[in-house]
Amino acid sequence: MTIEIKTATLQPIRNTFANIERRFGDKPASRYQEATYDLQGETNFHYRPLWQPQYELNDKSRTQIKMEDWYDLKDPRQFYYGTYVQQRAKHQEATETNYSFFDKRGLTEHLPEEVKSHLITYLIPLRHVEHTANLNNMYGCAFGYGTAITQALLYNAMDRLGNAQYLSRIGLLLDGNSSESLATAKQEWLKNPAWQGMRALCEEMTTVEDWFEVFIAQDLVVDTLVFNLFYEQLDQKLAVMGGRDVALLTEFMQVWNKDSSRWLDSVLKTVASESEDNRALLEEWVQQWRVKTLAALRPVIAAMLDKGDALDIADALLEARLKKIGITR
Amino acid sequence: MVAKKLNLKDKYRALTRDLDWDYDYADRKKAFPYEEFEGIKITDWSKWEDPFRLTMDAYWKYQAEKEKKLYAIFDAFSQNNGHLNVSDARYVNAIKVFLTGVSPLEYQAFQGYAHVGRQFGGAGARVACQMQSIDELRHVQTQIHAMSHYNKFFDGFQDWTHMHDRVWYLSVPKSFFDDARSAGPFEFLIAISFSFEYVLTNLLFVPFMSGAAHNGDMATCTFGFSAQSDEARHMTLGLEIIKFLLEQHEDNVPIVQKWIDKWFWRGTRLLAIVAMMMDYMLPNKVMSWKEAWEVYFEDAGGALFKDLARYGIRMPKFVETTAKEKEHISHQAWWIFYTHGHAAGFHTSIPSAEEMDWLSEKYPDTFDKYYRPRWELAKEMEDRGERFYTNGLPQLCTTCQIPMGFTEMDDPTQIAYRSSDFEGEKYHFCSDGCKHIFDEEPEKYVQSWLPVHQIYQGNCGGADVETVLREYYKMNLGEDNMDFKGSPDEKRWNEWKSKGVA
Repeated sequence: MTIEIKTATLQPIRNTFANIERRFGDKPASRYQEATYDLQGETNFHYRPLWQPQYELNDKSRTQIKMEDWYDLKDPRQFYYGTYVQQRAKHQEATETNYSFFDKRGLTEHLPEEVKSHLITYLIPLRHVEHTANLNNMYGCAFGYGTAITQALLYNAMDRLGNAQYLSRIGLLLDGNSSESLATAKQEWLKNPAWQGMRALCEEMTTVEDWFEVFIAQDLVVDTLVFNLFYEQLDQKLAVMGGRDVALLTEFMQVWNKDSSRWLDSVLKTVASESEDNRALLEEWVQQWRVKTLAALRPVIAAMLDKGDALDIADALLEARLKKIGITR
Repeated sequence: MVAKKLNLKDKYRALTRDLDWDYDYADRKKAFPYEEFEGIKITDWSKWEDPFRLTMDAYWKYQAEKEKKLYAIFDAFSQNNGHLNVSDARYVNAIKVFLTGVSPLEYQAFQGYAHVGRQFGGAGARVACQMQSIDELRHVQTQIHAMSHYNKFFDGFQDWTHMHDRVWYLSVPKSFFDDARSAGPFEFLIAISFSFEYVLTNLLFVPFMSGAAHNGDMATCTFGFSAQSDEARHMTLGLEIIKFLLEQHEDNVPIVQKWIDKWFWRGTRLLAIVAMMMDYMLPNKVMSWKEAWEVYFEDAGGALFKDLARYGIRMPKFVETTAKEKEHISHQAWWIFYTHGHAAGFHTSIPSAEEMDWLSEKYPDTFDKYYRPRWELAKEMEDRGERFYTNGLPQLCTTCQIPMGFTEMDDPTQIAYRSSDFEGEKYHFCSDGCKHIFDEEPEKYVQSWLPVHQIYQGNCGGADVETVLREYYKMNLGEDNMDFKGSPDEKRWNEWKSKGVA
């Protein structure tokens, strides 16, 4: 049974904005479409940037990747600001429940010392990697082309700040809000020889000029390897060590990675299938950063995980992903 | 021993700026390359006081609640044909100006804050800018969604982004933000966070939103309310950046003063559009432009600059000119649009008799003397069926890009002309303020994409105005442009009213 309330019906004179109509035809458009397509200025810029006079303010040539239409890089999650924050707020609420449960039950006290020390030495320093990811995604947001990709990069950048803050809160749970564990973890990041490869890699990524290369290095290569090694393989090890409850605190990052991967795979698939030049360039970047990242991770993973094949497992996952996206054949 | 617990301020620091570290392997200057070329000296980023302390979890939570409420109103608005509740169809032209002229600036703000949110070496400042970046994206997107319903029932909204890049009068706001974004990161913050968001926001954002509230536009005014707490955050960033720069090094003071001078004047010119909107485009008036200027700039801004005097900052240059301009600027700006109404993407009209009386009351020293006779003549011509449109294309000011229609403020019958020579060429300006800005950075302003020059040079798809409007601007001629009287907007409105649906 349905009931029908009679409202005054007025015939609209058009269904949507003209730019949307030119792209998709004369029909009602989604909020994602109206809030995404053609928002960025395209032409008639008044002044060249004092800080990069070789480019226009919005300039496609800030990357070597070429797209006929940068708006092809649409987000399968259809995130515009409103849908984005509402989705994250949901995850956030669940995470908050986990954190307060952990706190209320005093689960920190039940963690074996060895687990705590693992968290401080290996997991919490990842907040600095997340901070790097925040910078790298902001870089793409600022220098990228077209709202389809730049808004998604901004959401990603803010997510990474969120991830870094959740990792920091794990530290605050361990040290009873004194931030001592954060200070110790930062010393690990700065001084522990096992971490120096990763730190150097992070520093290097922030000096790369081509925004799409930065995007590939960070969001595809580093993230695929790091998320597998730290949130799956380390998670398994912690469980064996009696630290199963830690998974409550890292669930946000795991859920986030799944959500973000869906977007990344779809965008990169579009870029790789646009042209052989794009695909070859992506492959070249991936191979460069893959070698570097594996080398950077080797000492810390050797110290963190007892399995000799940990890196191979992560790398195989990356390889499978590259095939699925269509970067390697 | 139980360690001391962090207070809120230290906790926020631990969760933001403590994430950064001193580089040992890569050159940090290569990672943050734009911090020095403006001559600003930052001796210690750790002195940055976080203007607000919002971690991402709280940000998602609060903003999601706001969005949920806002979109519920948007849905209700379109379901109930909320556009029928506006005071008069003429009102809708104000929000056409907003969507085509202001929303794209929100977009540029999103881009500009993303840039500085990556480039500042201090993590505290970066994170504050990143949050503003995502807020600005929110604003442009929610504005589009608020206007989306109007676009289905009125002309002139449909090609707002295409128009913003091309249309002659929209180069005024576009060049304003291009100017800020093409500047260095510190100038950008002084331009937008301080001069614009902090000093002038009550004269841009607020008048449009109050106009919406007074004219029954629930969608726009709900957006305004929803954005209020974002704007408050942005204003605190504006105050922090200026204090921070002034406290970092005394050499920063003259640089900052120069930027304040420039951006104050650039801002007042941009606000000419708001001035005419408030005095001429709102069927239900909020307050006169003159009153708004007095309350929000002269009183509030005056107090602010008194406060900044201890750093050696004085009132912006040419502030005395603005005290005279407040009497004239809205009338002169609307006259420019009225006479070029065939080339505007919204409808112009002559103020009604009651509106003219209101203007006489609000502008006792100038309206009857200088402007009423003009409108009465225009009315006479209209009544004879000879609605007046100017044929030629106006000369534009090289700096602010407004047609040269503003007068000497001491002699409102005399159009003001200023000029400068640079590398063998002559450049024209509407005022001492705009000439001064050019003279400080001629290499920048000679690049200006001046729409009228571009039309004459054949870069806008045609030689005659009509072709430019139709093909290059993609205006629907006879629908988007010309007088409100006789427009399809007016016809539809009257039909809705007579059918009793409205």
